[in-house]
Amino acid sequence: MLDALAADVDGGFDAFVRAHAGAVYSAALRLSGSRADADDLAQETFVRAYRSLRRFDPSRVRALEPRAWLLTITMNLWRNGLRDAARRPPRAGGAPGRALPDPAPGPEEAAESSEQARALVTLLGELPAHLRGPVVLRHVVGLSYAETAAALRCPQGTAKANVARALARLRLAAAEGRPRRAGPAPRPGRAVAPRARKESR
Amino acid sequence: MTAAAARVPDVSPGALRALRTEAPAGFTDAVLARVGVVSGDRFVRVQSPAGDLFVAFGEAGINAVWPVALFEGDPARFVARHLEETGRVATAASRPPAGLRGALRSGRGGALRYDLTGLSPFERAVLAKTLEIPAGEVRPYGWVAREIGRPRAVRAVGSALGRNPVPVLIPCHRVVRSDGRVGNYGFGPPMKRALLHAEGVDLERLERLADAGVRFVGSERTGVFCVPSCVHARRIGPANEARFPSAGAALGAGYRPCRHCLPVSARDAS
Repeated sequence: MLDALAADVDGGFDAFVRAHAGAVYSAALRLSGSRADADDLAQETFVRAYRSLRRFDPSRVRALEPRAWLLTITMNLWRNGLRDAARRPPRAGGAPGRALPDPAPGPEEAAESSEQARALVTLLGELPAHLRGPVVLRHVVGLSYAETAAALRCPQGTAKANVARALARLRLAAAEGRPRRAGPAPRPGRAVAPRARKESR
Repeated sequence: MTAAAARVPDVSPGALRALRTEAPAGFTDAVLARVGVVSGDRFVRVQSPAGDLFVAFGEAGINAVWPVALFEGDPARFVARHLEETGRVATAASRPPAGLRGALRSGRGGALRYDLTGLSPFERAVLAKTLEIPAGEVRPYGWVAREIGRPRAVRAVGSALGRNPVPVLIPCHRVVRSDGRVGNYGFGPPMKRALLHAEGVDLERLERLADAGVRFVGSERTGVFCVPSCVHARRIGPANEARFPSAGAALGAGYRPCRHCLPVSARDAS
């Protein structure tokens, strides 16, 4: 498929989008928490990807790791969106005293099939951004740790540690049976700053 | 991780994996529209009994068939024509859709998926009925009209078949004039004759019968009458063959209609 894309971006893009739409949309839905935002985020991912592909040399297109590359774009768009939203003054009637727009949707909006899934979606929405990204990529989308790290632009150890932290946080919140907002939430724009940190092993 | 008690949500990796979903319907088309790429079809060049064909297909199925000869073998001219007809760019595919080659060899296109978007319900009904006509047999336009419950729409059947986007595969060449003549064809009567000849239809015999005013033949031995090209009619020995100018004449002579070729509708016959 990448060969077709390298030879002719316009001709191969249809199949490329179809092949990766599920992964990108799933990530966008679980990151953003609402179907409308997910649609925007996933579409924008492919639009950016298309513009890049038009610029790339064929050899560069052939060498792509398409899923990790696409999800890098998704992650960047999402984090930029959170940062921009955080900078905007809260709308009148918005929840007071919250730095972040609530990314967690109402359960009806997500329209999950089971109560279990609804509860899990709510818990995911309560995770801080720097932990939600890794766990969504690794376990919802099903990327390998290598791909997850590539998509997050961080060392593999950091990706693994953040996935483990996210799972631990989810388990704790599930056991407590209530949303959890404990712990210092990092600023979203810098949610994953792996190179600045010492890798913890 | 413990198996959750009733109230504790399952937060295992397995439960997270179950949150993966498909993109909504129309997602790909929306993306392609935004970047200005028209959702594309693929096409292949395949052999058929009446010369090579360009066959175009998309996600939903096969959507166009054209004789290669019409474009003097030039794929670019075919792509231009396909774009004109459908608004979609077709790009060369490395492999034909599953079952296409077999369907062209056997003359049985019933198992393939077709994308007939843009056709009216009437046109779809005509094509669906036409798909039931077996290789090696022919039926009159009036037969198709009657079998889809629109017995007076004979001319409309002809028009609908003329707009068949997937000729050869949906065998509109197997629908002939009610007087037994081969009749017209989108790519010219010679191609229609070539397709029928390749399927083993004895056109000369059918035309001799047509010239003699014969519309149906029956077997004196079995008392069953058929359209002349019916697989059962072809087995009637010359000594046993009865010839009728109309279904009424056959029924009047005590013959019953064949259940395979349905020379009169099943309801009329009962």
